[in-house]
Amino acid sequence: MPEVLVLVDHDGERVNKATYELLAAARRLGDPAAVVVGIPGTATRLTESLARHGATSILVAESTDVAQFLVTPAVDALELAVRETAAAAVLVSATTDGREVAGRLAARLDAGLLVDAVDLDSSGLVTQIVFGGSYTVRSQVTHGIPVIAVRPGAFEPEEHPGEAGRRELTLPPIAPAASARITARRAAPAGDRPGLTEATVVVSGGRGVAGADGFKVVEELADALGGAVGASRAAVDAGYYPHQYQVGQTGKTVSPQLYIALGISGAIQHLAGMQTSKTILAVNKDPEAPILGLADYGVVGDLFSVAPQLTQEMAARRAAN
Amino acid sequence: MNIVVLVKQVPDSGAERTLSQADHTLDREDAELVLDEINERAAEEALTLKETTDAHVTVVSMGPDSALDAIRKVLAMGADRGIHICDDRLRGADVLTTAKVLAAAVRTMEDVDLVLAGDATTDGQASAVPAVVADLLGLPQVTHVRKLDVDLDEDAGRVRAERETEDGESTLDAPMPALVSVTEKINEPRYPSFKGIMAAKKKPVDTVDLDDLFPDGDEAGFLVSRTRVVEAVPRPPRTAGTRVTDDGSAGRQLAAYLIAQKLV
Ligand SMILES: Cc1cc2nc3c(=O)[nH]c(=O)nc-3n(C[C@H](O)[C@H](O)[C@H](O)COP(=O)(O)OP(=O)(O)OC[C@H]3O[C@@H](n4cnc5c(N)ncnc54)[C@H](O)[C@@H]3O)c2cc1C
Ligand SMILES: Nc1ncnc2c1ncn2[C@@H]1O[C@H](COP(=O)(O)O)[C@@H](O)[C@H]1O
Repeated sequence: MPEVLVLVDHDGERVNKATYELLAAARRLGDPAAVVVGIPGTATRLTESLARHGATSILVAESTDVAQFLVTPAVDALELAVRETAAAAVLVSATTDGREVAGRLAARLDAGLLVDAVDLDSSGLVTQIVFGGSYTVRSQVTHGIPVIAVRPGAFEPEEHPGEAGRRELTLPPIAPAASARITARRAAPAGDRPGLTEATVVVSGGRGVAGADGFKVVEELADALGGAVGASRAAVDAGYYPHQYQVGQTGKTVSPQLYIALGISGAIQHLAGMQTSKTILAVNKDPEAPILGLADYGVVGDLFSVAPQLTQEMAARRAAN
Repeated sequence: MNIVVLVKQVPDSGAERTLSQADHTLDREDAELVLDEINERAAEEALTLKETTDAHVTVVSMGPDSALDAIRKVLAMGADRGIHICDDRLRGADVLTTAKVLAAAVRTMEDVDLVLAGDATTDGQASAVPAVVADLLGLPQVTHVRKLDVDLDEDAGRVRAERETEDGESTLDAPMPALVSVTEKINEPRYPSFKGIMAAKKKPVDTVDLDDLFPDGDEAGFLVSRTRVVEAVPRPPRTAGTRVTDDGSAGRQLAAYLIAQKLV
């Protein structure tokens, strides 16, 4: 079987769930070879979990510099890995960084790039959902080694234990004139909530939440359901909730099992980011709100009485179990 | 200082967008075309720098004849000149070709200090073109920026920026020349004034094609796309399911629904 390169997304200690999804996707095309880019010692910490999820080899690109520079070390590592293996394809998570890595790699390989794949088959046919959920498109790479950025959450992680051999890659030195240095990082306060794009439940608040304080109601419901919190652009622009959590055309695209919209009207640009969710629930005071026209379960009512009651029911249910 | 702003004209996201049945490219015929919102903010950032540093701003767009309107809008906002890359052979260009053509256009200019772009477009949504342009030009990529500082006192200048992604925030530092892409939260774009609109009509716009940008290129070898759409199917619109008006028990009803549907 040919090797399929998978760029490992990690925080230095742990592999992100989206990488296990990539490994599952990669197995449809060949033997997944995980490419770890990090400071020295990183790969050793990640090997066991990568092997357990189907990586058949680990390509290690470690140096003290890599954490300090944006995107380019990962591109350099993948370019090297492609040149040193007979890789059939390269898979990267379609995160903010991942899209940039994939684009730059494709440019260096003069290869076809497909972004935001939600499915792919053994022949390399890729499914994408475009224009905010209005079209399903199937595409193929026609030139070069396919570089595919896969939407987080689109595949199920699978355990597939085996041995993973280790190979080293020697990164070229960083070109300071062509690289941006990261001088400080402030991680998003992760808390105990799942990431927005990987969560199976997302509870989002809109302008109807009426203030930063009001978002407590949204957070409490999300926590009761083990979900992530999202926000409409109006809520973000009003300063109720940080930008990273914006759902929609210019925010994140989410496709959870359950999406709950609280005080969100359902503008086309918001729907663009969530209308492929499995089940949609909405609470809105206005019976004419467009979101109620597509919710699987719509409540005309005040979110400040409906949401806390639902939170309470869920908490009571959990206590009883 | 010389600044280049990359802007794209896109169909209005508030209206329905369709794919042509013939070749699965975007139907531009019926679409209402607008300057993409996020790169309008890149233009605003360039114009703010023009005011504070006396910069010269060139706006570059690749697209059909209509893309000239997008260029004129940025000129009306205050940019100095435009380059319109217009060539029938570019129809259906992929991310790479788009980036190669934009990079080639930037190379035709001398002493470029800053290339500004939006961090995503509302139609393609690859969110990759700026990074690829940086790679092709050998510039540092300072992308997804919500706050930008340009320091011209140091050597050729440096940019410092606040980057924002799903992982959180980071501070970036890079020497100039650099490529910067901005998020929709960086600023509020100005409206062109009447005077600006009148002045824009007289500002120079060069129209260039592939032969101008790649004089040594052999046409047969020019790849427009490295991918092919095999099939495009409209997704059925969602329809409403159960609808209730809260009588004081809707929260409990929702809980019952979630349990019945095995969603919790
Ligand atoms: C280019 C472009 C890109 C955009 N990108 C995005 C994007 O990525 N994401 C996004 O979300 N938007 C985006 N928008 C904005 C979008 O058009 C809407 O303006 C926005 O989604 C509205 O947010 P909202 O539903 O929270 O606010 P509103 O439209 O003001 O709706 C608030 C709703 O809350 C209800 N409400 C008020 N009080 C209560 C209460 N107590 N209980 C229950 N309901 C209540 C009201 O009835 C109303 O329906 C974009 C727009 C453009 C032009
Ligand atoms: N055809 C184009 N002409 C000029 N700039 C473009 C073009 N396509 C993309 N860009 C720039 O790249 C940014 C991101 O686009 P994308 O990577 O397609 O999401 C846009 O906001 C523009 O600044």
